[in-house]
Amino acid sequence: MIAQQPVISCQNVWKLFGPAPADYMSGMQDTPDPETMQAAGYVAAVRDVTLDVFPGEILVVMGLSGSGKSTLLRCMSRLLDISSGTIKVDGQDIGALSERALIELRRNKMGMVFQNFGLLPHRTVLGNVSFPLEMRGQDRHDRRDRALEVIELVGLAGREDHFPHELSGGQQQRVGIARSLAIEPDIWFLDEPFSSLDPLIRSEMQEEFLRLQAGLGKTIVFITHDFDEALRLADRIAIMKDGIVVQCDTPEKVVLEPATPYVAKFTENIDKARVVRAGAMMVQGIAGIAANGDAVLADSTLHELARTLVDDDRDILPVEGADGKIIGMLDRQDALDLVVGTRT
Amino acid sequence: MNALLAYVAQPAARNQRLSIVVILVAAAITMALGRGMLPDSLIRPPEWMILPLADWINAFFDFLRDDMGMLAVTRSIAGGVETLLDVTANLLYGKNRWPWLGPIPWSVVAITAAVIGYGLGGTKLAVLAGATFLWVALMGQWQWAMETLSVIVVAAPVSVLLGLLVGISAWRSRRLAAVLNPILNIAQSLPHFAYMIPVVVFIGVGPKAGAIVTIIFSVPPMIRMTLLGLQKVPDEVIESGKMCGATGWQLLLRTRLPTARTDILIGVNQVIMQCLAMVVLASFIGMPGLGQKLLQLLQALRIGQSIEIGLTIVLLAITLDRFTRAWALRQPVHVPRGMPWHERYRLSLVWLVLVILAGGLSQVFPLLAEIGRGQGFSVGAAIDVVMDRVIVAIYPVTDWLRWFLIVWVFIPIRDAFLWMPFAAVLSLLAAVGYAVGGRRSAVICVAFFGYIAISGWWDRTMITVYTVVVSVVIAALLAFPTAIWATGSDARSRRVLLICDSMQTFPSFIYLIPMIMLFGVNDVAVVGAVVLFAAIPLVRYTIEGLRGVPLGLVEAAGMSGATRRQIRRHVLWPIALPTIMVGVNQAVMFSLFMVIIAAFIGTQDLGQEMQRALSSADVGKGLVLGLAVATIGLMVDHLIMKWASTVRPPS
Repeated sequence: MIAQQPVISCQNVWKLFGPAPADYMSGMQDTPDPETMQAAGYVAAVRDVTLDVFPGEILVVMGLSGSGKSTLLRCMSRLLDISSGTIKVDGQDIGALSERALIELRRNKMGMVFQNFGLLPHRTVLGNVSFPLEMRGQDRHDRRDRALEVIELVGLAGREDHFPHELSGGQQQRVGIARSLAIEPDIWFLDEPFSSLDPLIRSEMQEEFLRLQAGLGKTIVFITHDFDEALRLADRIAIMKDGIVVQCDTPEKVVLEPATPYVAKFTENIDKARVVRAGAMMVQGIAGIAANGDAVLADSTLHELARTLVDDDRDILPVEGADGKIIGMLDRQDALDLVVGTRT
Repeated sequence: MNALLAYVAQPAARNQRLSIVVILVAAAITMALGRGMLPDSLIRPPEWMILPLADWINAFFDFLRDDMGMLAVTRSIAGGVETLLDVTANLLYGKNRWPWLGPIPWSVVAITAAVIGYGLGGTKLAVLAGATFLWVALMGQWQWAMETLSVIVVAAPVSVLLGLLVGISAWRSRRLAAVLNPILNIAQSLPHFAYMIPVVVFIGVGPKAGAIVTIIFSVPPMIRMTLLGLQKVPDEVIESGKMCGATGWQLLLRTRLPTARTDILIGVNQVIMQCLAMVVLASFIGMPGLGQKLLQLLQALRIGQSIEIGLTIVLLAITLDRFTRAWALRQPVHVPRGMPWHERYRLSLVWLVLVILAGGLSQVFPLLAEIGRGQGFSVGAAIDVVMDRVIVAIYPVTDWLRWFLIVWVFIPIRDAFLWMPFAAVLSLLAAVGYAVGGRRSAVICVAFFGYIAISGWWDRTMITVYTVVVSVVIAALLAFPTAIWATGSDARSRRVLLICDSMQTFPSFIYLIPMIMLFGVNDVAVVGAVVLFAAIPLVRYTIEGLRGVPLGLVEAAGMSGATRRQIRRHVLWPIALPTIMVGVNQAVMFSLFMVIIAAFIGTQDLGQEMQRALSSADVGKGLVLGLAVATIGLMVDHLIMKWASTVRPPS
């Protein structure tokens, strides 16, 4: 992941709502504070966000309502024009794209899933899924074949001829997902895709999403207000508050080292053992101590290792990667402290 | 909201407002009581105040017609419409014009209607549609009904198309929408006759004039609904369209318009209902068909046949309304895979077979093709006999009622309205405006009635206002108890709402039939028809208002120990009141229209003058009068909406 070119790169992005935001921003010398802005009739939904999204990663943007997370996503897809800063997709400044070039970008590179599905009520499942293909003028047979393929992929085979109102919420969102994948986008935007679903369906869809991503390897920006969902899905989490990204880190880092008291409030009631993996807690090597015996998997959570942590009597456990090589060592006592709490 | 808060928070400002209202009311009362001492110029608008508006408008229209060559333009548009009308006239009642195919046998039309009904709404609609056309044919009214329908068939699609185009343009350009909105407001409060006069001047009389006035009259709701529908499309659907790479046109044609389908089709429904209402009234400008027949029969007091024709119009109205509503609310349903084509198109096949059968049979049995007027099963004469008996039997009651109402209610109230000095009326209206919406509303009220003062039609307007006020009050006295009774149970309120829905689709003309039957041709019949017409929205909105109160609130009040009566007084009515006031607003609007229409059975208000303007094709006078009616409606609308917006919590 490191040293790779980011797919999406946001540099000092501001998004203001008001009469003439771009002029207002370019007229300011240094960053104005919210009060001055409000006095001038502007509201900043996104404030000075700098963020990179790397190929194949799932970046989850987490925040409560009004934190600017959806606005940020709409800036990345240029459904909204930003007020200042730059957003580059594959090194290209999307703010400078012409209408035509933007449409081409969306037709070939981007897919998006919406909270309330955004399905066209007058079209069947097949019609909805093939809509983006139709927009770029693909021929009828190709369209149908490709659409059926993605419909199958999301598990809706046999329902091609149904209309959205004939489907359940979960099924409708599967249609939304299929539609966003129809053009084989590199970049996949998901705007609170599971928020309007029932809890059971939601966790089923999360599972499904991870399964799909394992096969597809897209670059993903995923918006949610649900911290548990973020922990479950994210490679990295960006936490937003009042338009500012207050912390952007791996789930373990967020849980173990919350950057602000605000973030800490989210992590307070989280069972850290279920989030933190052995790989995140291990150290590269401790001088003078050689680890031997059975190794634990870097990818297992401490919760999964709890029994080993209790039963084993070694102080230091070797940690092995997916390829079976030892990649570090885990301090058993530290890990145990995290699982059951520090001894008082 | 801020204004309201400030208003509540500052007793000083509140007191100031209250004292202005008190002063204005006191001034009005003083002027009214001290009428004898007032100078003439405060009792009635003085001569110098009255502007020759009609002359100006006429000069403008003459300029348009003669100097700008508008006549050629309108005549050529009318020519185009006439070509279309000839086609439908040939098909439906065999007018001797291209394509020389008609008339289509009535049995074929009835079967087609029934099959469409089945497709849209199952057996119920099929029976309704089939029975309607069967009735029309059996009663020997086929020719008239087809004359009427042939105009609707042309006018409705044209006005739907116009409405869509204008609606889309208004949606694309904010500026156009801003200009259009007040024009639509005025257009929708102008009485029917105001539309007819310019059409008579530019087009003439007859079916094509009828079609054109119908088109003009029915376009505004289509524009409204198109604009509303397009604005209501959820942002996410648009965004998803954009993210699918749709261009501007693709977005409009494949995303926005199809998603706005239901609203647009509700617009179509309104267009068709407006068309029917207008086409019946267009008999005043020589449009043949059901309306003309009804007008003649009513004027000849042939009640039996009037009832039959009235029933036909009512049946057509209900059928057209149910058809278009079913179409609007229809959700697409998927076709199961592997369905053979004859099952898929079963309804079309059934239709084809039945039509061929009916067509063939009507060659053998001419009665299946055409039932002439003489051959019909009209029982008009018999109804007349029965009705005569009934009328004679209840004569003592109706006669007493008529005497009582005219002598003790109508005449005193009318005289009171006429007695009021116009300055007192303006002062009173300013007070009402001030109380409801502050200075701005006061200015609006005075400006609207100021127009009436300078238009020179003060007395006539007062008579119209008196009729409307009396009618709406009587309607309310009848409607509120009915509505309260209806809200007693779910089933009852559903049934009453259904009746209101159906009655609301009837063209206003219809309401005059029973009233003329009962009371003869006089003021009581007019007020009766207006009362009936105005009571419908009142009942409907009262039921909707009362039933729309969230159950949680009623339960909370109940748990706070409120009795049924306390709940009604402190929870139900206050929360339902804004909705009920919308009903009052509509009732006023409906009554204004009805009062004007009723002019042909003899009133002395604006309507009578309007009919005179129509018969002398005086555009200027017609528009001045039309605007006087519109200003009354718009003022009431402004006051009620303003009041409702301050009462209703912002959502």
